[in-house]
Amino acid sequence: MSHENEFKSLVWGAVLLVLAACVPLVANGYWMSIALTIAMFTVLATSWSLFSGPTHYISLATAAFFGVGGYLVGTGMSDYNMDFWTMVAIAPVVGAVLAFLIGIATLRLSGVYFVIFTLGLAEMIRTLVSWIQNNFTGSRGLYVLTDLTEADIYIYLVILAAVVYLVGWWVNRSRLGFALRIIGNDETVARHVGINTATSKVILFTFSGFVAALVGALIAPRYTYIEPNGVFSPEISFIVVIMALLGGTGRLWGPIVGVIPFALLQEYINANYSNYSTLVMGIAFLVIVYFLPKGVVGRIEQLLARRGRSTW
Amino acid sequence: MVATVLSVANATKRFGGLVAVNNLSFEVHQNEVMGIIGPNGSGKTTMMNLISGALSVSEGSIGLNGRFISTLTASQINQRGIARTFQLVRVLPGLSVVENCMAGMVFGHRRLWGDQARYEAGKLIERVGLSGKEAVPVGSLTYIDQKRLELARALASSPKLLLLDEWLAGLNPTELQEGIDLIRSLREEGITIILVEHVMDAIRSLCDRCIVMAAGSKIAEGSPGEVLADPEVVKVYIGEDV
Repeated sequence: MSHENEFKSLVWGAVLLVLAACVPLVANGYWMSIALTIAMFTVLATSWSLFSGPTHYISLATAAFFGVGGYLVGTGMSDYNMDFWTMVAIAPVVGAVLAFLIGIATLRLSGVYFVIFTLGLAEMIRTLVSWIQNNFTGSRGLYVLTDLTEADIYIYLVILAAVVYLVGWWVNRSRLGFALRIIGNDETVARHVGINTATSKVILFTFSGFVAALVGALIAPRYTYIEPNGVFSPEISFIVVIMALLGGTGRLWGPIVGVIPFALLQEYINANYSNYSTLVMGIAFLVIVYFLPKGVVGRIEQLLARRGRSTW
Repeated sequence: MVATVLSVANATKRFGGLVAVNNLSFEVHQNEVMGIIGPNGSGKTTMMNLISGALSVSEGSIGLNGRFISTLTASQINQRGIARTFQLVRVLPGLSVVENCMAGMVFGHRRLWGDQARYEAGKLIERVGLSGKEAVPVGSLTYIDQKRLELARALASSPKLLLLDEWLAGLNPTELQEGIDLIRSLREEGITIILVEHVMDAIRSLCDRCIVMAAGSKIAEGSPGEVLADPEVVKVYIGEDV
Protein backbone atom coordinates (compact mmCIF):
# COMPACT_ATOMS: atom_id res chain seq x y z
CA MET A 1 0.00 0.00 0.00
CA SER A 2 1.38 3.41 -0.90
CA HIS A 3 1.92 6.10 1.71
CA GLU A 4 -0.85 8.19 0.22
CA ASN A 5 -3.31 5.32 0.57
CA GLU A 6 -2.23 4.73 4.13
CA PHE A 7 -2.83 8.35 4.95
CA LYS A 8 -6.25 8.17 3.30
CA SER A 9 -7.29 5.13 5.29
CA LEU A 10 -6.17 6.81 8.51
CA VAL A 11 -8.28 9.88 7.67
CA TRP A 12 -11.27 7.69 6.84
CA GLY A 13 -10.79 5.84 10.12
CA ALA A 14 -10.72 9.10 12.06
CA VAL A 15 -13.89 10.38 10.34
CA LEU A 16 -15.77 7.16 11.06
CA LEU A 17 -14.57 7.24 14.65
CA VAL A 18 -15.95 10.75 15.15
CA LEU A 19 -19.26 9.68 13.58
CA ALA A 20 -19.40 6.63 15.87
CA ALA A 21 -18.73 8.86 18.86
CA CYS A 22 -21.70 11.04 17.89
CA VAL A 23 -24.21 8.17 18.10
CA PRO A 24 -25.19 8.90 21.75
CA LEU A 25 -26.24 12.41 20.71
CA VAL A 26 -28.95 11.12 18.39
CA ALA A 27 -29.82 7.64 19.63
CA ASN A 28 -32.66 6.98 22.07
CA GLY A 29 -32.49 4.31 24.77
CA TYR A 30 -33.40 1.41 22.48
CA TRP A 31 -30.92 2.29 19.74
CA MET A 32 -28.28 3.21 22.30
CA SER A 33 -28.54 -0.29 23.67
CA ILE A 34 -28.10 -1.79 20.18
CA ALA A 35 -25.19 0.55 19.48
CA LEU A 36 -23.55 -0.62 22.68
CA THR A 37 -23.91 -4.25 21.62
CA ILE A 38 -22.42 -3.40 18.24
CA ALA A 39 -19.50 -1.56 19.85
CA MET A 40 -18.84 -4.47 22.16
CA PHE A 41 -18.81 -7.05 19.39
CA THR A 42 -16.81 -4.77 17.10
CA VAL A 43 -13.98 -4.67 19.59
CA LEU A 44 -14.22 -8.39 20.35
CA ALA A 45 -14.43 -9.49 16.70
CA THR A 46 -11.72 -7.12 15.50
CA SER A 47 -9.23 -8.12 18.17
CA TRP A 48 -10.16 -11.78 17.63
CA SER A 49 -9.35 -11.51 13.96
CA LEU A 50 -6.02 -9.79 14.57
CA PHE A 51 -4.84 -13.23 15.65
CA SER A 52 -7.25 -15.65 13.99
CA GLY A 53 -7.55 -13.79 10.67
CA PRO A 54 -4.02 -14.15 9.33
CA THR A 55 -3.10 -17.36 11.16
CA HIS A 56 -6.41 -19.22 10.54
CA TYR A 57 -6.31 -20.46 14.11
CA ILE A 58 -9.98 -20.33 15.09
CA SER A 59 -10.10 -19.56 18.80
CA LEU A 60 -13.27 -20.25 20.79
CA ALA A 61 -11.77 -18.93 24.01
CA THR A 62 -13.10 -15.35 23.71
CA ALA A 63 -15.76 -16.05 26.34
CA ALA A 64 -13.07 -17.13 28.80
CA PHE A 65 -11.32 -13.75 28.59
CA PHE A 66 -14.52 -11.75 28.36
CA GLY A 67 -15.89 -13.67 31.34
CA VAL A 68 -12.74 -13.15 33.39
CA GLY A 69 -13.10 -9.42 32.80
CA GLY A 70 -16.76 -9.32 33.78
CA TYR A 71 -16.40 -11.68 36.69
CA LEU A 72 -13.39 -9.87 38.16
CA VAL A 73 -15.29 -6.60 38.14
CA GLY A 74 -18.28 -8.32 39.73
CA THR A 75 -16.41 -10.17 42.45
CA GLY A 76 -14.03 -7.27 43.08
CA MET A 77 -16.83 -4.79 43.64
CA SER A 78 -19.25 -7.11 45.47
CA ASP A 79 -16.93 -9.30 47.52
CA TYR A 80 -13.92 -7.09 48.09
CA ASN A 81 -15.33 -3.55 47.91
CA MET A 82 -12.95 -2.61 45.15
CA ASP A 83 -13.39 0.43 42.98
CA PHE A 84 -14.77 -0.19 39.45
CA TRP A 85 -11.80 1.43 37.72
CA THR A 86 -9.28 -0.51 39.80
CA MET A 87 -10.91 -3.73 38.61
CA VAL A 88 -10.97 -2.43 35.04
CA ALA A 89 -7.21 -1.99 35.33
CA ILE A 90 -6.65 -5.47 36.82
CA ALA A 91 -8.98 -7.47 34.58
CA PRO A 92 -7.16 -7.09 31.23
CA VAL A 93 -3.84 -7.99 32.84
CA VAL A 94 -5.36 -11.20 34.20
CA GLY A 95 -6.95 -11.84 30.78
CA ALA A 96 -3.59 -11.34 29.08
CA VAL A 97 -1.78 -13.68 31.48
CA LEU A 98 -4.48 -16.31 30.95
CA ALA A 99 -4.23 -15.92 27.16
CA PHE A 100 -0.46 -16.14 27.37
CA LEU A 101 -0.70 -19.44 29.27
CA ILE A 102 -3.32 -20.83 26.87
CA GLY A 103 -1.16 -19.70 23.97
CA ILE A 104 1.88 -21.53 25.34
CA ALA A 105 -0.20 -24.65 26.05
CA THR A 106 -1.71 -24.79 22.56
CA LEU A 107 1.43 -24.06 20.55
CA ARG A 108 1.66 -27.56 19.21
CA LEU A 109 -2.00 -27.80 18.29
CA SER A 110 -3.39 -26.75 14.97
CA GLY A 111 -6.60 -27.00 13.00
CA VAL A 112 -9.57 -28.59 14.68
CA TYR A 113 -7.52 -29.61 17.73
CA PHE A 114 -6.84 -25.98 18.51
CA VAL A 115 -10.53 -25.11 18.12
CA ILE A 116 -11.69 -27.88 20.43
CA PHE A 117 -8.98 -27.18 22.97
CA THR A 118 -9.88 -23.50 23.26
CA LEU A 119 -13.58 -24.33 23.56
CA GLY A 120 -12.91 -26.97 26.20
CA LEU A 121 -10.65 -24.66 28.13
CA ALA A 122 -13.20 -21.84 28.11
CA GLU A 123 -15.87 -24.24 29.38
CA MET A 124 -13.52 -25.52 32.06
CA ILE A 125 -12.86 -21.99 33.28
CA ARG A 126 -16.60 -21.26 33.32
CA THR A 127 -17.28 -24.38 35.40
CA LEU A 128 -14.37 -23.68 37.70
CA VAL A 129 -15.47 -20.11 38.37
CA SER A 130 -19.06 -21.23 39.00
CA TRP A 131 -17.82 -23.84 41.42
CA ILE A 132 -15.63 -21.37 43.30
CA GLN A 133 -18.50 -18.89 43.37
CA ASN A 134 -20.93 -21.46 44.77
CA ASN A 135 -18.63 -23.04 47.33
CA PHE A 136 -16.29 -20.36 48.59
CA THR A 137 -17.23 -16.78 47.88
CA GLY A 138 -20.84 -17.20 49.00
CA SER A 139 -23.84 -17.58 46.81
CA ARG A 140 -24.89 -13.95 46.92
CA GLY A 141 -25.06 -12.30 43.52
CA LEU A 142 -22.35 -10.11 42.14
CA TYR A 143 -23.67 -6.62 41.72
CA VAL A 144 -21.91 -4.05 39.61
CA LEU A 145 -23.42 -0.75 40.60
CA THR A 146 -21.95 2.35 39.01
CA ASP A 147 -23.14 5.72 37.78
CA LEU A 148 -22.16 4.85 34.23
CA THR A 149 -24.85 5.10 31.56
CA GLU A 150 -24.95 2.98 28.44
CA ALA A 151 -23.75 6.02 26.50
CA ASP A 152 -20.67 6.30 28.76
CA ILE A 153 -19.78 2.65 28.29
CA TYR A 154 -20.38 3.03 24.57
CA ILE A 155 -17.86 5.88 24.36
CA TYR A 156 -15.26 3.84 26.28
CA LEU A 157 -15.73 0.97 23.86
CA VAL A 158 -15.45 3.26 20.83
CA ILE A 159 -12.15 4.55 22.22
CA LEU A 160 -11.00 0.99 22.82
CA ALA A 161 -12.05 0.11 19.26
CA ALA A 162 -9.92 2.98 17.98
CA VAL A 163 -6.94 1.65 19.94
CA VAL A 164 -7.50 -1.87 18.59
CA TYR A 165 -7.71 -0.53 15.03
CA LEU A 166 -4.50 1.43 15.50
CA VAL A 167 -2.70 -1.59 16.90
CA GLY A 168 -4.05 -3.71 14.03
CA TRP A 169 -2.98 -1.13 11.49
CA TRP A 170 0.49 -1.07 12.99
CA VAL A 171 0.71 -4.89 13.14
CA ASN A 172 -0.36 -5.22 9.51
CA ARG A 173 2.48 -2.97 8.41
CA SER A 174 5.04 -4.64 10.64
CA ARG A 175 7.20 -7.71 10.32
CA LEU A 176 4.97 -9.31 12.95
CA GLY A 177 1.91 -9.01 10.69
CA PHE A 178 3.85 -10.40 7.74
CA ALA A 179 5.05 -13.28 9.91
CA LEU A 180 1.47 -14.10 10.93
CA ARG A 181 0.34 -14.20 7.30
CA ILE A 182 3.17 -16.58 6.45
CA ILE A 183 2.25 -18.74 9.45
CA GLY A 184 -1.36 -18.86 8.24
CA ASN A 185 -0.22 -19.94 4.79
CA ASP A 186 2.30 -22.59 5.80
CA GLU A 187 3.74 -22.92 9.26
CA THR A 188 6.56 -25.20 8.09
CA VAL A 189 7.73 -22.59 5.61
CA ALA A 190 7.38 -19.94 8.31
CA ARG A 191 9.80 -21.82 10.54
CA HIS A 192 12.23 -22.33 7.66
CA VAL A 193 12.40 -18.66 6.76
CA GLY A 194 13.49 -17.82 10.28
CA ILE A 195 10.19 -16.91 11.93
CA ASN A 196 9.87 -17.67 15.61
CA THR A 197 6.33 -18.96 15.13
CA ALA A 198 5.66 -19.52 18.83
CA THR A 199 6.48 -15.95 19.85
CA SER A 200 4.53 -14.38 16.99
CA LYS A 201 1.40 -16.38 17.74
CA VAL A 202 1.54 -15.90 21.51
CA ILE A 203 1.98 -12.12 21.22
CA LEU A 204 -1.20 -11.70 19.19
CA PHE A 205 -3.21 -14.24 21.19
CA THR A 206 -2.20 -12.48 24.40
CA PHE A 207 -3.26 -9.14 22.96
CA SER A 208 -6.68 -10.50 21.98
CA GLY A 209 -7.08 -11.92 25.49
CA PHE A 210 -6.15 -8.57 27.00
CA VAL A 211 -8.73 -6.74 24.89
CA ALA A 212 -11.53 -9.28 25.45
CA ALA A 213 -11.05 -9.12 29.22
CA LEU A 214 -11.06 -5.32 29.09
CA VAL A 215 -14.32 -5.37 27.11
CA GLY A 216 -15.81 -7.78 29.66
CA ALA A 217 -14.79 -5.46 32.49
CA LEU A 218 -15.98 -2.24 30.85
CA ILE A 219 -19.37 -3.62 29.90
CA ALA A 220 -20.05 -5.25 33.27
CA PRO A 221 -22.03 -2.24 34.62
CA ARG A 222 -24.51 -2.75 31.80
CA TYR A 223 -25.58 -6.09 33.21
CA THR A 224 -25.70 -4.81 36.83
CA TYR A 225 -25.89 -8.41 38.02
CA ILE A 226 -23.02 -10.72 37.01
CA GLU A 227 -23.45 -14.43 36.84
CA PRO A 228 -20.57 -16.72 35.76
CA ASN A 229 -22.77 -18.73 33.40
CA GLY A 230 -23.75 -15.52 31.66
CA VAL A 231 -20.43 -13.78 31.15
CA PHE A 232 -18.61 -17.03 30.37
CA SER A 233 -21.32 -18.21 27.96
CA PRO A 234 -19.77 -20.06 24.99
CA GLU A 235 -22.34 -18.30 22.82
CA ILE A 236 -20.16 -15.16 23.08
CA SER A 237 -17.22 -17.01 21.53
CA PHE A 238 -19.39 -18.40 18.74
CA ILE A 239 -21.03 -15.08 17.91
CA VAL A 240 -17.64 -13.36 17.74
CA VAL A 241 -16.41 -15.99 15.28
CA ILE A 242 -19.56 -15.82 13.17
CA MET A 243 -19.52 -12.04 13.01
CA ALA A 244 -15.84 -11.85 12.12
CA LEU A 245 -16.15 -14.52 9.44
CA LEU A 246 -19.32 -12.94 8.04
CA GLY A 247 -17.51 -9.64 7.58
CA GLY A 248 -14.24 -11.17 6.52
CA THR A 249 -10.96 -11.40 8.36
CA GLY A 250 -8.75 -10.48 5.42
CA ARG A 251 -9.04 -6.77 6.20
CA LEU A 252 -8.81 -4.90 9.46
CA TRP A 253 -12.26 -3.34 8.91
CA GLY A 254 -13.77 -6.65 7.77
CA PRO A 255 -15.26 -7.80 11.09
CA ILE A 256 -17.36 -4.66 11.64
CA VAL A 257 -19.04 -5.29 8.27
CA GLY A 258 -20.28 -8.55 9.82
CA VAL A 259 -20.93 -7.20 13.31
CA ILE A 260 -23.49 -4.54 12.35
CA PRO A 261 -25.92 -6.65 10.25
CA PHE A 262 -25.59 -9.67 12.52
CA ALA A 263 -26.23 -7.65 15.67
CA LEU A 264 -29.32 -6.09 14.06
CA LEU A 265 -30.53 -9.49 12.86
CA GLN A 266 -30.05 -10.94 16.31
CA GLU A 267 -31.91 -8.07 17.88
CA TYR A 268 -34.81 -8.60 15.49
CA ILE A 269 -34.88 -12.35 16.10
CA ASN A 270 -34.68 -11.95 19.87
CA ALA A 271 -37.50 -9.41 19.84
CA ASN A 272 -39.84 -11.38 17.59
CA TYR A 273 -38.87 -15.04 17.60
CA SER A 274 -36.72 -15.39 20.70
CA ASN A 275 -37.10 -19.18 20.71
CA TYR A 276 -35.29 -19.44 17.42
CA SER A 277 -32.14 -17.43 18.12
CA THR A 278 -29.90 -20.50 18.32
CA LEU A 279 -31.40 -21.84 15.11
CA VAL A 280 -30.68 -18.56 13.33
CA MET A 281 -27.13 -18.60 14.59
CA GLY A 282 -26.65 -22.11 13.22
CA ILE A 283 -28.11 -21.25 9.85
CA ALA A 284 -26.01 -18.09 9.65
CA PHE A 285 -22.92 -20.14 10.35
CA LEU A 286 -23.76 -22.63 7.58
CA VAL A 287 -24.48 -19.85 5.09
CA ILE A 288 -21.16 -18.16 5.85
CA VAL A 289 -19.11 -21.32 5.59
CA TYR A 290 -20.78 -22.43 2.35
CA PHE A 291 -21.31 -19.19 0.50
CA LEU A 292 -19.00 -16.61 2.04
CA PRO A 293 -15.83 -18.40 3.10
CA LYS A 294 -13.90 -15.13 2.84
CA GLY A 295 -16.71 -13.02 4.28
CA VAL A 296 -18.67 -10.20 2.73
CA VAL A 297 -15.56 -8.08 2.26
CA GLY A 298 -13.60 -10.91 0.66
CA ARG A 299 -16.55 -11.64 -1.66
CA ILE A 300 -16.86 -8.01 -2.73
CA GLU A 301 -13.14 -7.78 -3.41
CA GLN A 302 -13.33 -10.99 -5.42
CA LEU A 303 -16.19 -9.60 -7.52
CA LEU A 304 -14.38 -6.30 -8.05
CA ALA A 305 -11.22 -8.12 -9.09
CA ARG A 306 -13.17 -10.25 -11.58
CA ARG A 307 -14.85 -7.18 -13.02
CA GLY A 308 -11.51 -5.39 -13.21
CA ARG A 309 -10.01 -8.27 -15.12
CA SER A 310 -12.87 -8.59 -17.62
CA THR A 311 -12.80 -4.90 -18.55
CA TRP A 312 -9.04 -4.99 -18.80
CA MET B 1 42.77 -25.55 2.46
CA VAL B 2 39.15 -24.78 1.65
CA ALA B 3 36.92 -23.74 4.54
CA THR B 4 34.38 -26.27 5.72
CA VAL B 5 30.85 -24.86 5.71
CA LEU B 6 28.92 -27.84 7.01
CA SER B 7 30.22 -30.79 8.93
CA VAL B 8 27.99 -33.71 9.76
CA ALA B 9 29.47 -36.19 12.21
CA ASN B 10 27.88 -39.58 12.97
CA ALA B 11 24.38 -38.23 12.44
CA THR B 12 21.71 -40.78 13.29
CA LYS B 13 17.94 -40.40 13.16
CA ARG B 14 15.58 -43.00 14.54
CA PHE B 15 11.81 -43.07 14.17
CA GLY B 16 10.92 -45.65 16.79
CA GLY B 17 12.64 -48.81 15.59
CA LEU B 18 13.33 -47.48 12.09
CA VAL B 19 16.79 -46.01 11.54
CA ALA B 20 16.25 -43.51 8.74
CA VAL B 21 19.75 -42.07 8.87
CA ASN B 22 22.49 -44.28 10.22
CA ASN B 23 25.77 -42.88 11.50
CA LEU B 24 26.29 -40.55 8.57
CA SER B 25 29.34 -38.29 8.34
CA PHE B 26 30.38 -35.86 5.64
CA GLU B 27 31.63 -32.35 5.08
CA VAL B 28 30.68 -29.64 2.63
CA HIS B 29 33.27 -27.05 1.68
CA GLN B 30 32.98 -23.44 0.68
CA ASN B 31 31.71 -22.89 -2.91
CA GLU B 32 31.11 -26.59 -3.36
CA VAL B 33 28.04 -28.25 -4.83
CA MET B 34 27.48 -31.56 -3.15
CA GLY B 35 24.92 -34.12 -4.23
CA ILE B 36 23.13 -36.65 -2.06
CA ILE B 37 21.82 -39.50 -4.15
CA GLY B 38 20.36 -42.89 -3.42
CA PRO B 39 17.25 -44.97 -4.05
CA ASN B 40 13.83 -43.98 -2.69
CA GLY B 41 13.60 -44.35 1.05
CA SER B 42 17.34 -44.26 1.59
CA GLY B 43 17.09 -41.30 3.99
CA LYS B 44 18.13 -38.38 1.76
CA THR B 45 15.23 -36.11 2.64
CA THR B 46 15.53 -37.06 6.32
CA MET B 47 19.17 -35.97 6.15
CA MET B 48 18.08 -32.63 4.65
CA ASN B 49 15.49 -32.28 7.41
CA LEU B 50 18.19 -32.87 10.03
CA ILE B 51 20.38 -30.15 8.52
CA SER B 52 17.56 -27.62 8.20
CA GLY B 53 16.28 -28.33 11.69
CA ALA B 54 12.89 -29.68 10.60
CA LEU B 55 13.91 -32.79 12.54
CA SER B 56 16.45 -33.14 15.33
CA VAL B 57 19.20 -35.74 15.31
CA SER B 58 18.91 -38.75 17.63
CA GLU B 59 22.70 -38.95 17.85
CA GLY B 60 25.67 -37.22 16.31
CA SER B 61 26.30 -33.58 15.57
CA ILE B 62 25.94 -31.03 12.82
CA GLY B 63 28.07 -27.90 12.65
CA LEU B 64 27.83 -24.82 10.47
CA ASN B 65 31.07 -22.86 10.05
CA GLY B 66 32.46 -24.52 13.14
CA ARG B 67 29.43 -23.81 15.32
CA PHE B 68 27.19 -26.51 16.72
CA ILE B 69 23.68 -26.24 15.27
CA SER B 70 22.04 -29.62 15.78
CA THR B 71 20.04 -28.54 18.84
CA LEU B 72 18.72 -25.35 17.24
CA THR B 73 15.20 -24.92 15.86
CA ALA B 74 14.52 -24.59 12.15
CA SER B 75 14.04 -20.84 12.47
CA GLN B 76 17.32 -20.40 14.37
CA ILE B 77 19.16 -22.50 11.78
CA ASN B 78 17.70 -20.35 9.00
CA GLN B 79 18.90 -17.28 10.85
CA ARG B 80 22.41 -18.79 11.00
CA GLY B 81 22.38 -19.02 7.20
CA ILE B 82 20.88 -22.27 5.92
CA ALA B 83 17.97 -21.97 3.49
CA ARG B 84 16.07 -24.73 1.76
CA THR B 85 13.45 -25.70 -0.76
CA PHE B 86 11.05 -28.57 -0.18
CA GLN B 87 10.64 -31.89 -1.95
CA LEU B 88 6.94 -31.12 -2.48
CA VAL B 89 6.96 -27.50 -3.52
CA ARG B 90 5.67 -25.16 -0.79
CA VAL B 91 4.73 -21.70 -1.98
CA LEU B 92 2.51 -19.36 0.05
CA PRO B 93 -0.75 -19.16 -1.95
CA GLY B 94 -2.22 -16.25 0.01
CA LEU B 95 0.74 -13.99 -0.71
CA SER B 96 1.81 -12.28 -3.91
CA VAL B 97 4.85 -13.40 -5.91
CA VAL B 98 6.94 -10.55 -4.48
CA GLU B 99 5.75 -11.24 -0.93
CA ASN B 100 6.61 -14.93 -1.34
CA CYS B 101 10.14 -13.93 -2.16
CA MET B 102 10.28 -11.30 0.58
CA ALA B 103 9.30 -13.95 3.12
CA GLY B 104 12.83 -15.32 2.78
CA MET B 105 14.65 -12.11 3.60
CA VAL B 106 12.70 -10.49 6.43
CA PHE B 107 13.19 -12.78 9.42
CA GLY B 108 16.20 -14.93 8.73
CA HIS B 109 19.83 -14.59 7.87
CA ARG B 110 19.18 -11.18 6.31
CA ARG B 111 16.65 -8.90 7.95
CA LEU B 112 15.55 -6.45 5.31
CA TRP B 113 12.18 -4.73 5.43
CA GLY B 114 10.05 -2.23 3.56
CA ASP B 115 11.11 -0.73 0.25
CA GLN B 116 14.55 -2.28 0.33
CA ALA B 117 13.13 -5.80 0.78
CA ARG B 118 10.65 -5.19 -2.02
CA TYR B 119 13.46 -3.97 -4.28
CA GLU B 120 15.73 -6.93 -3.52
CA ALA B 121 12.81 -9.33 -4.00
CA GLY B 122 12.16 -7.81 -7.41
CA LYS B 123 15.77 -8.40 -8.41
CA LEU B 124 15.65 -12.03 -7.28
CA ILE B 125 12.41 -12.66 -9.10
CA GLU B 126 14.13 -11.52 -12.27
CA ARG B 127 17.16 -13.62 -11.37
CA VAL B 128 15.17 -16.86 -11.23
CA GLY B 129 13.31 -16.05 -14.44
CA LEU B 130 9.91 -14.91 -13.12
CA SER B 131 9.94 -11.40 -14.59
CA GLY B 132 6.54 -10.30 -15.80
CA LYS B 133 4.71 -12.76 -13.55
CA GLU B 134 4.65 -10.55 -10.44
CA ALA B 135 0.89 -10.02 -10.73
CA VAL B 136 -0.02 -13.67 -11.32
CA PRO B 137 -1.72 -15.36 -8.32
CA VAL B 138 0.85 -17.75 -6.87
CA GLY B 139 -1.55 -20.71 -7.08
CA SER B 140 -1.88 -20.21 -10.85
CA LEU B 141 1.86 -20.35 -11.53
CA THR B 142 3.06 -23.41 -13.42
CA TYR B 143 4.96 -26.08 -11.52
CA ILE B 144 8.37 -24.89 -12.66
CA ASP B 145 7.50 -21.30 -11.85
CA GLN B 146 6.42 -22.32 -8.36
CA LYS B 147 9.77 -24.05 -8.00
CA ARG B 148 11.52 -20.92 -9.24
CA LEU B 149 9.62 -18.90 -6.67
CA GLU B 150 10.58 -21.28 -3.90
CA LEU B 151 14.20 -20.98 -4.99
CA ALA B 152 13.94 -17.19 -4.98
CA ARG B 153 12.60 -17.35 -1.41
CA ALA B 154 15.51 -19.55 -0.34
CA LEU B 155 18.06 -17.30 -2.07
CA ALA B 156 16.46 -14.24 -0.51
CA SER B 157 18.16 -14.93 2.81
CA SER B 158 21.52 -14.89 1.02
CA PRO B 159 22.32 -18.23 2.62
CA LYS B 160 25.74 -19.61 3.47
CA LEU B 161 24.38 -23.00 2.51
CA LEU B 162 21.47 -23.76 0.21
CA LEU B 163 19.60 -27.07 0.44
CA LEU B 164 17.73 -28.13 -2.70
CA ASP B 165 15.52 -31.17 -2.13
CA GLU B 166 14.69 -32.67 -5.52
CA TRP B 167 14.34 -29.22 -6.95
CA LEU B 168 14.61 -30.62 -10.49
CA ALA B 169 12.10 -33.44 -10.04
CA GLY B 170 8.95 -33.41 -12.12
CA LEU B 171 10.18 -31.01 -14.78
CA ASN B 172 9.86 -31.70 -18.50
CA PRO B 173 13.08 -31.89 -20.59
CA THR B 174 13.08 -28.19 -21.58
CA GLU B 175 12.34 -27.06 -18.04
CA LEU B 176 14.96 -29.45 -16.72
CA GLN B 177 17.61 -27.82 -18.90
CA GLU B 178 16.49 -24.39 -17.71
CA GLY B 179 16.62 -25.63 -14.12
CA ILE B 180 20.12 -27.07 -14.50
CA ASP B 181 21.33 -23.83 -16.08
CA LEU B 182 19.83 -21.84 -13.21
CA ILE B 183 21.57 -23.94 -10.56
CA ARG B 184 24.81 -23.82 -12.51
CA SER B 185 24.62 -20.03 -12.53
CA LEU B 186 24.19 -20.10 -8.73
CA ARG B 187 27.20 -22.33 -8.51
CA GLU B 188 29.20 -19.88 -10.61
CA GLU B 189 28.26 -17.17 -8.14
CA GLY B 190 29.95 -19.26 -5.51
CA ILE B 191 26.93 -20.37 -3.46
CA THR B 192 27.52 -23.52 -1.43
CA ILE B 193 24.78 -26.03 -2.24
CA ILE B 194 23.64 -29.48 -1.17
CA LEU B 195 21.26 -31.05 -3.60
CA VAL B 196 19.25 -34.20 -3.28
CA GLU B 197 18.50 -35.41 -6.75
CA HIS B 198 17.39 -38.38 -8.84
CA VAL B 199 18.23 -36.78 -12.15
CA MET B 200 21.66 -38.21 -12.99
CA ASP B 201 22.38 -35.70 -15.77
CA ALA B 202 21.99 -32.94 -13.22
CA ILE B 203 24.25 -34.74 -10.74
CA ARG B 204 26.95 -35.21 -13.37
CA SER B 205 26.87 -31.67 -14.66
CA LEU B 206 26.41 -29.82 -11.36
CA CYS B 207 28.09 -31.66 -8.51
CA ASP B 208 31.71 -31.49 -7.46
CA ARG B 209 31.21 -34.38 -5.13
CA CYS B 210 28.42 -36.64 -4.03
CA ILE B 211 27.56 -39.11 -1.37
CA VAL B 212 25.40 -42.12 -2.04
CA MET B 213 22.96 -43.30 0.60
CA ALA B 214 21.28 -46.67 0.87
CA ALA B 215 19.04 -47.72 3.76
CA GLY B 216 20.17 -44.75 5.83
CA SER B 217 23.92 -45.30 5.48
CA LYS B 218 26.56 -43.75 3.30
CA ILE B 219 27.85 -46.35 0.84
CA ALA B 220 30.05 -44.19 -1.38
CA GLU B 221 31.55 -40.72 -1.62
CA GLY B 222 33.50 -39.03 -4.41
CA SER B 223 33.12 -37.27 -7.72
CA PRO B 224 29.91 -38.11 -9.63
CA GLY B 225 31.90 -40.14 -12.18
CA GLU B 226 33.56 -42.21 -9.47
CA VAL B 227 30.51 -42.99 -7.39
CA LEU B 228 28.30 -43.80 -10.35
CA ALA B 229 30.88 -46.34 -11.50
CA ASP B 230 31.14 -47.90 -8.05
CA PRO B 231 29.82 -51.50 -8.21
CA GLU B 232 28.17 -51.11 -4.79
CA VAL B 233 26.23 -48.08 -6.03
CA VAL B 234 25.20 -49.83 -9.23
CA LYS B 235 24.00 -52.71 -7.08
CA VAL B 236 21.68 -50.61 -4.90
CA TYR B 237 20.23 -48.84 -7.91
CA ILE B 238 19.83 -51.71 -10.35
CA GLY B 239 20.14 -54.82 -8.24
CA GLU B 240 22.58 -57.76 -8.15
CA ASP B 241 24.22 -59.29 -11.19
CA VAL B 242 22.75 -62.64 -11.97
